[in-house]
Amino acid sequence: MSATTGERDDTQPHRTKGPLVYRQSIWTRVTHWVWVICLFFLLFSGLQIFNAHPTLYIGQESGFEYDNSVLSMHAERRPEGGYAGYTTVLGNRIDTSGVFGYSGTEANPEFRGFPSWLTIPSYRDLATGRVVHFFFAWILVGVLFVWAVASFFNGHLRRDIVPKGADLKALPADAAEHARFRFRHHKGYNALQKLAYAFIFFIVFPAIILTGLSMSPGMNTAWPWLIEVFGGRQTARTIHFTAMLVLVLFFIVHIVMVVLAGPINELRSMITGWYRVDPGKEDRS
Amino acid sequence: MSRLVSRRKFLTTSAAGIAGVALSGCDQFDAVLRGGHPVRDFMIGANELTMGVQRALLGREALAKEFSESEIRQGQRPNGSTDPNSEDYLALKANDFADYALVVDGLVAAPARYSLAELRNMPSRTQITRHDCVEGWSCIAKWTGVPLAHILDEVGVQANARYCVFHCFDSLGGGFSRGPYYESIDMLDARHPQTILAYGLNEEALPVANGAPLRVRIERQLGYKMAKYIRRIEVVDNFARLHGGNGGYWEDRGYEWYAGI
Repeated sequence: MSATTGERDDTQPHRTKGPLVYRQSIWTRVTHWVWVICLFFLLFSGLQIFNAHPTLYIGQESGFEYDNSVLSMHAERRPEGGYAGYTTVLGNRIDTSGVFGYSGTEANPEFRGFPSWLTIPSYRDLATGRVVHFFFAWILVGVLFVWAVASFFNGHLRRDIVPKGADLKALPADAAEHARFRFRHHKGYNALQKLAYAFIFFIVFPAIILTGLSMSPGMNTAWPWLIEVFGGRQTARTIHFTAMLVLVLFFIVHIVMVVLAGPINELRSMITGWYRVDPGKEDRS
Repeated sequence: MSRLVSRRKFLTTSAAGIAGVALSGCDQFDAVLRGGHPVRDFMIGANELTMGVQRALLGREALAKEFSESEIRQGQRPNGSTDPNSEDYLALKANDFADYALVVDGLVAAPARYSLAELRNMPSRTQITRHDCVEGWSCIAKWTGVPLAHILDEVGVQANARYCVFHCFDSLGGGFSRGPYYESIDMLDARHPQTILAYGLNEEALPVANGAPLRVRIERQLGYKMAKYIRRIEVVDNFARLHGGNGGYWEDRGYEWYAGI
């Protein structure tokens, strides 16, 4: 295999190749991949924890003698025999047999919120789910701190993350380009990228970390104002779960964008730092 | 040139690896997460960090939030054991706990036994707090009882005492190895103003389902620390010799000893 064929995916064939530019600092690249690992384990251990009580509520407490639930996964016996899994979202009951509420096989039925292939460990083990979750939560927070400090000093935050007036002005045109699957390869980030990353770093990450802390009785006592910001422990749990869904959605869009924009080029820039830009786009613009 | 090729190979291999793990499901990690595996034991270490940070933030006397009467909207949800069937417990229950006596011993100057009537005549504290279960649910209720600190002062704790161990009448099984329920807290939590031995719930005598005749409230930790059906409080300097050696029924089954999170 020659280097030329090895690079064919980098740019679309009809274009002339631009130069490689150094786009991602070592801080961005290392923290990115640590987050990949952390979020992977946090997600699936989190679903294990959720399964211990697969119902979400709004308010301070869980209604057992009244209903303040917004999402619930449970199994019920079917009138004709056997079981069905139901997911109730804001009062709408959906049959989710085989995935949520009831999964497994007929010989080995499993009554659980998320199925075994979506939880760590695969079997029911809240204690271990918590061990895994809190371990990676600490790493996530630590690495986020390192990233924030490094990105502040090396200019990544100011340059690539915080959206500016010009980005907002460029947004409609940028969105139209994305919608037509036409991707620019510039050294700098485009408006949609900046907005997406700013949303994740300044809203979703803080929200998921702080709602996680809001579920801790120790933190509730240490920082009593925090849980009130989120409207009570059960609302905090619901927001925590919703922020998880947002991150999963972000992940899907992120991967689709990488694939559409040229996976080899995008992956290379996040591994080695070097990114092939469109001709004449070596500067940050 | 070959640098680029090997780089590409590396990218495809790692992508295939990640996809493989994701597609084959999360059971890939089960083996290293079984109790006693060094990987799991290593990760448990994060709990020490959590406890250290929370203790530093908390301060000795910081109180858990107390709620107003109007926020009690339902009965306290019972969980775990709700109707112990040990012979000694059934005998006491038959007589409405008139013959009950709480034993306090271990590293104390004067071991003692207290009847329910005696406990009720001690200084009491009533608090409306939110009970947070490790499973994820919460429930607000009003608890009345005697501060544990008062009992500890009565019996006189020895200088080397570090933990209060609650021995209970009930035992649990249900998917786990059956064993008697017990729990332990350190002296900081034991002497916390909201740590009470509760005999009253929502203005009534503590019901059997919620731990009659006596249960402990430890408001800055999760529900599993708050032992029900307490028969004896043992003051110790370490809990390694008790049962599984981890300081509690759930701790012996993989849960953290410090349950502030």
